[in-house]
Amino acid sequence: MFRNQYDSDVTVWSPQGRLHQVEYAMEAVNQGSATVGLKSKSHAVLIALKRASSELSAYQKKVINIDDHVGITISGLTADARILSRYMRTECLNYKYSHDTYLPLNRLISQLGNKMQVCTQRYDRRPYGVGLLVAGYDDLGAHIFQTCPSANYYDCKAMSIGARSQSARTYLEKHIDEFPSAPLEELIKHGLRALRDTLPPENDLNNKNVSIGYVGKGQPFKILNENEISSFLTLISGEERRGGGAAGPDQAPSAAREDPAGDEGPRDPVPAVAMDTE
Amino acid sequence: MFQEAPPLWKNGPAPGSFYNFPNTTFSLLQNSSSDAFKHSQSPVTTATSIIALVYDKGVIIGGDLLGSYGSLARYRNCPRVLKVNENIILGAGGDYGDFQYVKALIDQKIIDEECLDDGVKLKPKSLHCWLTRIMYNRRSKFDPFWNNFVVGGLQDGAPFLGTVDKLGTAYEDKIICTGYGAHIVTPMIRGVLDKNPNIKRAEARALVIKAMEILFYRDARSFPKFQIATLDEDGVQVEGPIDVSQNWQMATLIR
Repeated sequence: MFRNQYDSDVTVWSPQGRLHQVEYAMEAVNQGSATVGLKSKSHAVLIALKRASSELSAYQKKVINIDDHVGITISGLTADARILSRYMRTECLNYKYSHDTYLPLNRLISQLGNKMQVCTQRYDRRPYGVGLLVAGYDDLGAHIFQTCPSANYYDCKAMSIGARSQSARTYLEKHIDEFPSAPLEELIKHGLRALRDTLPPENDLNNKNVSIGYVGKGQPFKILNENEISSFLTLISGEERRGGGAAGPDQAPSAAREDPAGDEGPRDPVPAVAMDTE
Repeated sequence: MFQEAPPLWKNGPAPGSFYNFPNTTFSLLQNSSSDAFKHSQSPVTTATSIIALVYDKGVIIGGDLLGSYGSLARYRNCPRVLKVNENIILGAGGDYGDFQYVKALIDQKIIDEECLDDGVKLKPKSLHCWLTRIMYNRRSKFDPFWNNFVVGGLQDGAPFLGTVDKLGTAYEDKIICTGYGAHIVTPMIRGVLDKNPNIKRAEARALVIKAMEILFYRDARSFPKFQIATLDEDGVQVEGPIDVSQNWQMATLIR
């Protein structure tokens, strides 16, 4: 029944000082489809890969608008993300009502972190099974934040989360020096290339399975429509794909379901899926 | 014959009428033994006008030091222009106790912000909005803070001047005078600024001193000692007490 003796509850410590239930929640993020966030001095961009849960259904929304100056992408349980995004929207709105200005990003994220932390310390709660990339612009400039089910959050120059996201992070690390001074269009192209690196060779990005959102100086958070996405995809369509996106040495050891197994040694057993993750 | 139906439950509403939630102003009013219910306070120790204006690169706020007890000049050292943070100054008139209470709220807000230490500093427009929310909230409980507040500061480098009164009425302007000063010195200051909208700091300071002098002669609740706060690119400066230069020679001409 239990994978180990110490994972029966979020509040139970293992002798190694770990909280196994929280770590399992972190796995939910790796099950979701990949998403990329990156920023320059003036803009922050979010790019996400969308999945359709069946042939008959539409692609699941991955980019959510929070306020004029903030937007998020999600990886993990969509339902949990909707609760968190509702909370973030409320906080932004309340601050705008009382202070006539936008809620600074770091305050929004630390409030969100405090909310999420409670769930990792109470026996009657469960951690949120979703990771967020938050893009925003405020007086201190452009920001990309990453949040985890463990309630940790990180201020990032660029980040990618979700299934097979290690390939995207490798791309981002390689080009990190180009981002601060890059114009918006270059930033989006970098993001699309990073996201494309997470795909298996037989798949490619198209205007249906990609979602793009950005925010910047004098630019309210904007989610692009299919036509606008197409024009950005053409910009990178001629380029040769790096490494084919298949399992390389830098491949994430994530338990993503579509991961080609076999060449990565022994793996954890994949638990039965209780809820679909997007 | 129509007979009113009894309440649905004890202290509950009769059919077709509204339920009055307990412990609200309205239900206390209904349940109080007499018909009279005291909604509002009246001011006790009061301070008079605040004079404030925008000059070319900053803002200036002046106010005297008197705390009046009705018509009695009771307290002679009640400072009411002050620095809030590096880019906000504040002036207050009306009930001095209410001012001190609201000031404690503001001070705590600044301390909380300091503790976050996230590089974000409160801006004058935000404080003005926040004060407006507080003032409007209290007037909506029929228990207003009996004050006029004037918020001045630099909003991203540009001078800002705004005011809120006890009803939560708020506006921004280049010239703001409250109380008796609103009637007696706004026209004079407008006259000067209409001729030259971009006066320098020294001229603005002379103008405020002139206004305080006029008010001392004409406002029976004023006092010849006052303070001036200025805020521009050189930072915040609160000066005073400054004395009104008095001249009573003309008094001998009046019989």
